[in-house]
Amino acid sequence: MNGLFQHAPVLPVVIPLLAAFATPLVAKLGKTVRRTWVTTALVGTFAAVCLLLWRVLDSGIQVYVLGGKSSTLVLPSGMAFPVRILFEVDAISAFMAFSGSLVAVAVGLYSIHFLRESSALEKHDVLLLLLVAGMLGMELTGDAFNFFVFLEVASVASFALIAYQRKRPESIEAAFKYMVISTVGALFVLLAVGFLYGRYDALNFAALASWMELTTADKLALVLLVASLAMKSGAVPMHMWVPDAYGEAPASVTALLVSVSQASLYGLFRVVFTLYGLEMNVLVVGWIIIALGLLSMFVGVTMALRQHDIKRLMAYHAVSQSGYMFLGLGVGLAVLGDPVAFGAYGMKAMEGGIFHIINHAMYKGLLFLTAGAIFLRTGTEDLNEMGGLGHKMTFTTVCFIIGAAAISGLPPFNGFASKLLIYESVYLFNPILAIIAMVVSILTLASFVKVFQSAFLGPKPEGPQPIREVPVFMQVGMGVLAVVVVLFGLFPGAVLDYLVHPAAQALVNRAGYIVQVIGGGM
Amino acid sequence: MLDTGSGFWSPLWWIAALGAAGLVVLIIRARGRSDYQKGTEQVKPFLSGQPEVEKQHVRASNVYWGFLEALKGYYRPLVQSHTGLINDYTTWFLGVLVLVGVLILGMGG
Repeated sequence: MNGLFQHAPVLPVVIPLLAAFATPLVAKLGKTVRRTWVTTALVGTFAAVCLLLWRVLDSGIQVYVLGGKSSTLVLPSGMAFPVRILFEVDAISAFMAFSGSLVAVAVGLYSIHFLRESSALEKHDVLLLLLVAGMLGMELTGDAFNFFVFLEVASVASFALIAYQRKRPESIEAAFKYMVISTVGALFVLLAVGFLYGRYDALNFAALASWMELTTADKLALVLLVASLAMKSGAVPMHMWVPDAYGEAPASVTALLVSVSQASLYGLFRVVFTLYGLEMNVLVVGWIIIALGLLSMFVGVTMALRQHDIKRLMAYHAVSQSGYMFLGLGVGLAVLGDPVAFGAYGMKAMEGGIFHIINHAMYKGLLFLTAGAIFLRTGTEDLNEMGGLGHKMTFTTVCFIIGAAAISGLPPFNGFASKLLIYESVYLFNPILAIIAMVVSILTLASFVKVFQSAFLGPKPEGPQPIREVPVFMQVGMGVLAVVVVLFGLFPGAVLDYLVHPAAQALVNRAGYIVQVIGGGM
Repeated sequence: MLDTGSGFWSPLWWIAALGAAGLVVLIIRARGRSDYQKGTEQVKPFLSGQPEVEKQHVRASNVYWGFLEALKGYYRPLVQSHTGLINDYTTWFLGVLVLVGVLILGMGG
């Protein structure tokens, strides 16, 4: 058991990574064995993340040294700073991993039936596991170059999964476009890591943070990281790959891509809060993030309103909802240097933004899964060709209503709780920003009323194939996320106390991060 | 119970309040007209002389037509900027990169 605890920080990456490479071999034993293998690996990954989360909340930051004589030997004899790759898991890392791995479990269950008819399922499963490994690696690593490596692992798996329906030219085009823009962004991340390495001879986040002097090279690295990671998060006006990629990937993959994009968002916040913190001008960088958030919220939702392809519509909403996270954490960053303002509303704004991250992963994942269920039964993603599905697809309809109510910020669902925190705290910072956020919520509701009316209401559908509810594993996948959405909505205080507040504290406590990782001996 | 900093939010109290309001509605309904007869002509809505069309469904593209039409001036440049061309995607990205650079380097970021 002690061994399990000792290796807890690395298990969430090791399990899906090894499972991915073993999948082609396991697949030789038959379809059922392969599906059981993949689902077990995803559930095992989630269990490992839960263990890690418990360890972090109980004992503080968990550090794991890769490739050393001992996994706990951060500073080998004679070394002034860590030279090996370290996994540094604090509450925000564990929080992000918890959110992403939970969605992965739901996606794994859903995929058992969703893609049953398609070819190359074995490749799909390998790529899905690699995507999970890449996402979790980005969230758990404490090494800047290693972050880039996992970013690339996740990106390459994403390219292939977006192009999964390879008979559709649109899917190939979407994957190509995402590949180009993502590679340009990743190269800038690598360039930034190069600037930092050239300046400090170190790649470890804690070491870099403790030495940060904000020279011109550091500022250039900051510029490259902020712009690249904001693009990978889908911030307007760098969001245009999002509707293409989310719209063309299989719905189950899209549900997970939302969490993968959030790993880049996490990277952005790790950079500005932990790596640079108060060394930089937090007001300027905070307002840059707020501006990206406002643009994302408003442009995303207004573009969504005119869509009639259900997945493109939801993709634009993913852009819009990311804006709330940018807004909440941007306000927190902008007032980080003002203890009075930060205590009055900055911390609450950050908590709202972080709470919204996990809420969005759950309800947006759920909504994309319902879109997949609709596509499976109707064979179309065009809302103009749908109607009356509520008569026969009752479970999917209920799941859609839960997801739509949550994303629109209707009480008592989880989206309301996080949005309320954002509205109230942001209002104290600047009332105009809070009003815009509320208007965006109203437009979101309007947009999902349109989807509900178009797809689920109306006369019973008449077609060659009778409409019926989706298979049980797809229902289980949707059900998992729907239950989480409802529970997080009913007990927001518990989620805030046990998950969100520690995560926000971890982001803010830069000195504590440095001391707990490298003992302050820099 | 969620402490929002300026107040609090309790979903369970909200549901209890909703339940209480529902109860009041039911009580009022129970005191309604006794000559109400379910399944007769009297329960049908008055549609201004429009003959009843059972299989009518408004298509998604027609929903919010007025809203989109009224905001044509806003939507035209917005839609035009979504060209679908990867060159443009990259240009937007580089533009933001330069802008962020000017702000951070120029304003002492």
